[in-house]
Amino acid sequence: MNNSNVAKIQLNGDPYEINVRTNLNELLNKLKIQKNKVAIEVNGEIVQKDKYESLILNKDDKVEIVHFIGGG
Amino acid sequence: MEDIFTIANKNYNSRLIVGTGKYKNFEDTANAVKASGADIVTVAVRRVNILDKGQPLLMDYLNPKSITYLPNTAGCYTSEDALRTLRLAREMGGWRLVKLEVLGDKKTLYPNMIETIKSTEVLVKEGFEVMVYCTDDPILSKKVEDAGACAIMPLGAPIGSGLGIQNKTNIKLIKEQSSVPVIVDAGVGTASDATIAMELGCDGVLINTAIAEAKNPVLMAESMKYAVIAGRKAFKAVRMKKKKFASASSPENYLIK
Repeated sequence: MNNSNVAKIQLNGDPYEINVRTNLNELLNKLKIQKNKVAIEVNGEIVQKDKYESLILNKDDKVEIVHFIGGG
Repeated sequence: MEDIFTIANKNYNSRLIVGTGKYKNFEDTANAVKASGADIVTVAVRRVNILDKGQPLLMDYLNPKSITYLPNTAGCYTSEDALRTLRLAREMGGWRLVKLEVLGDKKTLYPNMIETIKSTEVLVKEGFEVMVYCTDDPILSKKVEDAGACAIMPLGAPIGSGLGIQNKTNIKLIKEQSSVPVIVDAGVGTASDATIAMELGCDGVLINTAIAEAKNPVLMAESMKYAVIAGRKAFKAVRMKKKKFASASSPENYLIK
């Protein structure tokens, strides 16, 4: 793979490679995650669902994808 | 006579709230929740496991459209982490009703009340309806109410301990002085503990471990459902006075001689 076409981000604490100019919807599709079941933070800021298409990820972005699990 | 349970202007049939942690799998969770009759379940917010694509989700087993999800901040030790967690929870599905717990240390899982009160104020300002896990201290629980909590959730005993209500006097005091619902959160070990909480006048009980760690969680869930109902009815009925000596139940005149 040509390195100029990929960018490394931090996804849920681990390094993760994406194609450059990937938006959040594309990232979720790649991860097979339904957007209505998660919430996403990019660099500490919560991203609203209607911004997923327009938010293009950059190199070194810190992305957190969370969901609900069992808890007391 | 109807006995409606209201939190933040919304009515619920069941006064039992159940947690969804510590179960073997989601199927067990769903079966126990169903048997408990609860209308509200607590849920935690965690990172998605990126490596395990297509894994089953809690939402596939418990439909948030038919049961109220109460996102919690379990595992948060600072106000900052708790606020971040609940803001994410709200973004996920628009949940405004949340359960705040800011823990003090890992050994006791006691709430850090200073951080808790601070966080409550911030969340209320941001439009959240906040149910607050707190100590069974009447002064601090009053501060929680003053901070704008929509329900006060004093612990009966440490989380997951199953020790039962340790300080009935305080729980009763807290209930009597509060104008928002008081829900015993943590410490219930078995059905009688839930009944005691309700007999003290509490508006509800939150139970997780006592159900999840029972040998038969579904049966224990059902037992808790009835325990809460029994305790509530006993409270409403107003119990008899305790006496020092016996008092015969059958009439003592016209005895056969």
